[in-house]
Amino acid sequence: MRGEMMNRRPTTLFALLILLAIAFFMANIGAGEYELSLWEVVQTLFGLGSGEHSFIVNTLRLPRALIAFLVGAGLAVSGAILQGITSNPLASPGVIGLNAGASLAAVLVIVALPAVPLGFLPPAAFAGALLAAILTYWLGWKEGSSMYRIILVGVGVSAIAQAFITIIMMSGKIMLVTQALIWMTGSVYGRGWEHFYALLPWMILFLPLAFLLSRQLNLLQLGDDVSKGLGSKIEWVRGGLILVSVALAAASVATAGTVYFVGLMAPHIARRLFGPSHTTLLPASALTGGLLVLASDFVGRTIAAPVELPCGLITAMIGAPYFIYLLLTENKKSGKM
Amino acid sequence: MNVVGKSRKHLRLLAGLIMGLVAVLLFIGISISFGIVDISMLTVVEAFLEFDGSREHLIISTTRLPRALIAAAVGACLAVAGAMTQALTRNPLAAPDLLGINHGAALLVVLSLFLVGGHNLTLYAWAAFLGAGAVSILVFLLGSAGRGGMTPLKLTLAGVSVTTLLSASTQSILIFHERSLDEMRFWLAGSVVGRDLALLVQVLPFMTAGLLLAFFLSREVDTLQLGDDVAKSLGQPTKMVRTLAFISVVLLSGSSVAVAGPIGFVGLAVPHLVRSIVGKDHRWIFSYSAVAGAALLLLADVAARFILDNQELPVGVMTAIIGAPFFIYLARRRVHKL
Repeated sequence: MRGEMMNRRPTTLFALLILLAIAFFMANIGAGEYELSLWEVVQTLFGLGSGEHSFIVNTLRLPRALIAFLVGAGLAVSGAILQGITSNPLASPGVIGLNAGASLAAVLVIVALPAVPLGFLPPAAFAGALLAAILTYWLGWKEGSSMYRIILVGVGVSAIAQAFITIIMMSGKIMLVTQALIWMTGSVYGRGWEHFYALLPWMILFLPLAFLLSRQLNLLQLGDDVSKGLGSKIEWVRGGLILVSVALAAASVATAGTVYFVGLMAPHIARRLFGPSHTTLLPASALTGGLLVLASDFVGRTIAAPVELPCGLITAMIGAPYFIYLLLTENKKSGKM
Repeated sequence: MNVVGKSRKHLRLLAGLIMGLVAVLLFIGISISFGIVDISMLTVVEAFLEFDGSREHLIISTTRLPRALIAAAVGACLAVAGAMTQALTRNPLAAPDLLGINHGAALLVVLSLFLVGGHNLTLYAWAAFLGAGAVSILVFLLGSAGRGGMTPLKLTLAGVSVTTLLSASTQSILIFHERSLDEMRFWLAGSVVGRDLALLVQVLPFMTAGLLLAFFLSREVDTLQLGDDVAKSLGQPTKMVRTLAFISVVLLSGSSVAVAGPIGFVGLAVPHLVRSIVGKDHRWIFSYSAVAGAALLLLADVAARFILDNQELPVGVMTAIIGAPFFIYLARRRVHKL
């Protein structure tokens, strides 16, 4: 009977989350200095709005909202994969050095090389993230990969990158340092179509790939011995999953900065709502993560208007109390989690 | 292992510990003598034996000596705090910072900067100490809430969530208040430069209490590592032991962050190194950690003076640059069974 309930629940929940995402999407496009009604938003999205509305919606707000959703989805799926591979509820794209690598590259471009045009920021951050992840995987490799060793190495790589970030942040001009800090907090401020089209291919390619691999992720969770018995491709599957996870997180971070906490938290929410099987968990995480960043950006834009708070701050401020809630309720049922 | 073998092993460890202490003394000497003005070791010794008020002797007593002593004390405290945190959470990835101590300290320092302003190291120290204490109590309460009481995982998760919330709050102040950021970025890097000896003397009672408490608990901590069930069946009041262990971590790292700001990596890395030498006995883990932590921070602080020509690097940066490659090496060499 319980199984039946679990089968019925996801579809309703999915529909509910999708509706919520659409609601925040519309709200994000409607809200701002120039307020638009829901009807006006819908009209303009279908190409029937006035010229002025069309500019506000199509040039300024639509790409930003789309990016917010995609970035959240990418980070959340990336985190869900890593938590799955490591069987560690604390894993996130940060543990394989990815965030620190991207941040170091971004800080270099923003603070140390202010002559470089900001258009180079996303590719630089992407390269930094990729380099750090490759370095971590390579150094963690020794007669096969051990996730525990990879995480330890990731801690070391992050610490070194962090040290250089500190040096640059201490010696830079304060205005540039503030800019770098905002980037590291994560923000979709001022993102336009060019950012969207740079992000889209990664998401189109790697999100479905992640969903395809979710069955393998379930097998990996049974532990190395069992999954090896089921087939000897374990290194390849794990390597492939890490690659997908890195690609998603690197593309997301390159676009929006290191949006704090989404990669760690969205999978937890999704797991609570949809159960632990990765075949539902990965799409659910994508939806949850996208919704979270969309909602955070909406709150960040409106709560202290006309000042905008970076959405990364809001995700942490919503996320941390949720985590505490999770902590206080989960352990009543079982000490597991 | 027979009795003779055991006592021989203890003798060997004791000899190692004494050699470590000698090395720390030597590093203190080096730290005092090298800098913008190089002072010969002989002069250093003279300054202690017959202080004559000369320029060299004044440099030694007002800047070099406090700096060296603070580096040694902070290094020792951070490493022992790290060893204790890893034992308490039974997680080799845990650092004292996980209990929210550095972030609590940072938030209160930023707040005091924001409200009072100006550069005042003593004010920062007390704000940091207060913040560290308050936040660690919160983490402790959250980590032991619920039916099962405090478990390593619950404590870890409580630490992560509180830490995240605090760092978001700190960042929001820094993003919107440029003047705070300008001052704060130096404090956040961690440093042992320019501190008075008086500051060290103020926190010394807390440091000593924390160290004594850690050593007093070392046997109980050994038992705790066997798991809660075993420890309880051996008659250990596990709740009490955890609470006391937690208090010692707060005392040690709270006073360290008060004096030197948040210095990372010592607390995480040194216990790993030490365990690979001395094994699982926490009396040895704590004493070796104290010595190795002091040595690492002294060394990092000396190296920090020579990397760049015209500028000193903060010691917090140097510990990561020296410590992290070593840590990676260790992870590659020792983690094979997991």
